[in-house]
Amino acid sequence: MYQFNYERPKTLADAESLLGKADDPKILAGGQTLIPTLKQRLAMPSDVIDIGGIKELDFIRAEGDAVMIGAATRHATVSASPDVQKHNPALAALAGGIGDPAVRHMGTLGGSIANNDPAADYPAACLGLDAKIHTTKRLIEADEFFTGMFETALQDGEIIKEVTFPHPEKAAYMKFRNPASRYAMVGVFVSKGPWGVRVAVTGAGQNGVFRVAEMEEALAKNWSPDAVANIKLPAKGINSDLHGSAEYRAHLVTVMAKRAVAAAG
Amino acid sequence: MSGAVTAEGIGQPVRRKEDFRFITGNGHYTDDIARARQTWAYFLRSPHAHARIKSIDTSVAEAAPGVVAIFTGRHVADDGLGGLICGWTVTSKDGTPMKVGPHPILALDTVRYVGDHVAMVVAETLADARAAAELIDVDYEALPAAVALSTCQDEKTAQVHAEAPRNTCFEWELGNKAETEAAFAKADRVVKLDLTNNRLIPNAMEPRAAIGEYDKGSGIYTLHTTSQNPHVARLVLSAFVGVAPEHKLRVVAPDVGGGFGSKIFIYAEETACVWAAAKVGRPIKWTGDRSEAFLSDAHGRDHLSHAELALDKDGKFLGLRVKTVANLGAYLSTFSASVPTYLYGTLLSGQYDLPAIYVEVDGVYTHTAPVDAYRGAGRPEATYLVERIVETAARETGIDPAELRRRNYIRTFPHQTPVIMNYDAGDYEASLEAAMEAIDYKGFAARKSEAASRGKLRGIGMSSYIEACGLAPSAAVGSLGAGVGLWESAEVRVNPTGNIEVLTGSHSHGQGHETTFAQLVASRLGVPLDNVEIVHGDTDRVQFGMGTYGSRSGAVGMSAIVRALDKIEAKAKKIAAHLMEAAVEDIVFENGTFTVQGTDKSLAWAELSLAAYTAHGFPSADIEPGLKEGAFYDPTNFTFPAGCHICEVEIDPDTGITRIVKFVAVDDFGTVINPMIVEGQVHGGIAQGIGQALLEHGVYDPESGQLVTGSYMDYCMPRADDLPNFTLGFTKTVCPSNPLGMKGCGEAGAIASPPAIINAVTDALGIRDIEMPATPARVWEALQSAAPRAAAE
Repeated sequence: MYQFNYERPKTLADAESLLGKADDPKILAGGQTLIPTLKQRLAMPSDVIDIGGIKELDFIRAEGDAVMIGAATRHATVSASPDVQKHNPALAALAGGIGDPAVRHMGTLGGSIANNDPAADYPAACLGLDAKIHTTKRLIEADEFFTGMFETALQDGEIIKEVTFPHPEKAAYMKFRNPASRYAMVGVFVSKGPWGVRVAVTGAGQNGVFRVAEMEEALAKNWSPDAVANIKLPAKGINSDLHGSAEYRAHLVTVMAKRAVAAAG
Repeated sequence: MSGAVTAEGIGQPVRRKEDFRFITGNGHYTDDIARARQTWAYFLRSPHAHARIKSIDTSVAEAAPGVVAIFTGRHVADDGLGGLICGWTVTSKDGTPMKVGPHPILALDTVRYVGDHVAMVVAETLADARAAAELIDVDYEALPAAVALSTCQDEKTAQVHAEAPRNTCFEWELGNKAETEAAFAKADRVVKLDLTNNRLIPNAMEPRAAIGEYDKGSGIYTLHTTSQNPHVARLVLSAFVGVAPEHKLRVVAPDVGGGFGSKIFIYAEETACVWAAAKVGRPIKWTGDRSEAFLSDAHGRDHLSHAELALDKDGKFLGLRVKTVANLGAYLSTFSASVPTYLYGTLLSGQYDLPAIYVEVDGVYTHTAPVDAYRGAGRPEATYLVERIVETAARETGIDPAELRRRNYIRTFPHQTPVIMNYDAGDYEASLEAAMEAIDYKGFAARKSEAASRGKLRGIGMSSYIEACGLAPSAAVGSLGAGVGLWESAEVRVNPTGNIEVLTGSHSHGQGHETTFAQLVASRLGVPLDNVEIVHGDTDRVQFGMGTYGSRSGAVGMSAIVRALDKIEAKAKKIAAHLMEAAVEDIVFENGTFTVQGTDKSLAWAELSLAAYTAHGFPSADIEPGLKEGAFYDPTNFTFPAGCHICEVEIDPDTGITRIVKFVAVDDFGTVINPMIVEGQVHGGIAQGIGQALLEHGVYDPESGQLVTGSYMDYCMPRADDLPNFTLGFTKTVCPSNPLGMKGCGEAGAIASPPAIINAVTDALGIRDIEMPATPARVWEALQSAAPRAAAE
């Protein structure tokens, strides 16, 4: 690691103020990406602002027809939450399948979506559940939030406060893990709710998480695995590497979508 | 024998003595050692696969905080230090010795792989050293690299060493070409197969580490390091590198967390630490991190082969011919030349009566990390080739794979193969039958159709493997080019209070020697296991030893202990005879007690031990005081563990995921001292074999030579949930070549399992071959290209 100033504010207001003052700050939430990056000397921030101690960011609240989750809530907390399990079991299962127990007890919802790793799970849940992302400055729709690989609509100094997940009628997430990293090589989140039908894919896209309109339309007409079984994605725009060609990943999107619909019931 | 002794004796599943300290964090690994005034080393490594170093400017780095010294290849050369060596010379078929390029400890003017050592920064802290390394200004002229094994011998490919045109280190052959050609000429059928044996990266749990020290008063250097063979390290560092004379250099390998071959070798980092300790006058510590291990530990395997098997009309094998290109990497590592030659070609007869074999191996340089022995070392490559082509022959002839093997098994011993080895004992069909019974081979067809009803593809595959262990008769390996003898030494020291220290030249880095070796001694001398201490890994305590690799520590290391125990018993009887006033011939030693035959006179072990040191009234001409004996044991032959592994897989055609649903291993290891430890060795070996067959692959970018699989994000190590439950069985033919009848068990799992798994995968898919690792993507792609063909048939 290179040297940096470390701050651990107690309130969101203090965090914002520290962010405003620093030259080249980085926000540290659960540190599951930032700490390894720092250790490998791939980042050289002037200041690391640790928001892990801000209590107002760590909560889960079920209100009306949605669950609100604070940005600094750990994956393990989400997966174990009775509210999430009751209203949104697919989201609880997704959180419980991120990384390994150590990762789940450190990693946070806000950290995951702010980083927008193209193989991360939470972006698929946000996009697949029509989630609302509340920041210190505004409300951002999930559709507007994820703008590309490791890119989001967040501006400098903007901190995610919470994410609102409306309750789905039906939802499930199916993940094909990269054999080595166990990240999603292809993860498909399907849902049906007040927003209609959504199919969100993570892991496969060169620009990160994306929706599959053709599958959404087919499922809106006929919510069954068969409806998506013959919808093939073009390989264009799909990742290709040592672990699998674009054609293979595109095929896996169909397989995982089919299985997700079956699991959602 | 008493109950207590029996429970700890040979053949008993005694819990490992060493495990308490390991699992409670009380082990003593190299990185646990801290010395007063210790400094830290960090190695600046090449970011290029191939580049000329035009200049290195260390001036800014030297002024950085905490920096003690910076060394480059120039300092090493100016000090007259030699380079690293390969201890085995292979001769090409034209009679010329292998072409060896220089292997400097720190690069002089050229870097030859990503991770090659450019400079060593010594600083007060590791962070200081790393920070300073970034300030070193190296002016590289990047050059084209030879990376792909398939093209590295082309005329136009970049050269790794000027000494080796077409990047060819040697063109070796073994067997009888004319007889093999004749066998093929009369064959009814010839089966051909092209095979890739994938490159593996060892990944021992403990990364390599070192602390170099120099005592100015005595002139003695001390190196604590992660070594499988500290005496060999000392010999190389003194006689060839020239760090210090042998008697002024102590090498200690304390607890070592896994080696798998990768810690046999003498590497640049450890060498530099001990050499530079005298320069800076302070201890220097280096602990490699995982990324450095990926880049710079010697890798394993990496062959391209073409094989042809000749059969007569009844399926009897007539001949085998093989052409292999073996990757040696950028430099010859300590034993690298021997691995794809004498540890590979000599095993190509498998378990079969193969009258004619001819193998050619080109050992080639590429701009990649050195390749050397990795669990199995040459024998997995041989077994993979033989068992894949035998399986292919079974499919092409329509003869059941088990039946084809049965028709060709060697059944009389000793058996001289056409490729040097003389098999001493075995019963291959016994292992085959036991394995088929255990996996319910007959019931496979029903299981396959049941799986098909669930949309899954089920396949079964077997591997009848043989390997050569117990390395090795010194005369034999000497005649084949080894620079060392491969005997082992032992010293048994009986203390006056009767407890025992056994000094062995073997080294335990996960094998459980402290338990098995103690079981041997305890049962032989009739003392409790806790009264026996196994001492290893320190050149100051153990006089000499060749170390642990090639599953040699039982067959060779324990045989040396047996020989020393023979001498102990002989002397103890002499003392007993004197004390009990009887003739030596009348002394009986049983269950730790000396008795005089036909009398009620007896002497307990502890009484005798004390008497050996009080020495009151010993006739000085006949009996020296004390009870300590040593032995050097040189084996008369290799040992030949063999057996049969059968694997059953189920493949999900939608995703390409292969699940191993059954795995049976039946092994003949000869005498087994501790079956629990042996089973653990087999489990670990199979896990590594599953890794090779389905998961692991060391990949370099073919253009840039960058290591693509440089972390666990891309290099797929087996995890617990990748592995099935293993069903193990044992058959036994006693090895006639050593006093205990042992064969060795450490590598069998890694040798036998990959072909069994790939035979099962190709059976499930109905295809001829699939490259290892058979990842879900590769399996799916094989299905895509196989499907239209199947439909057309």
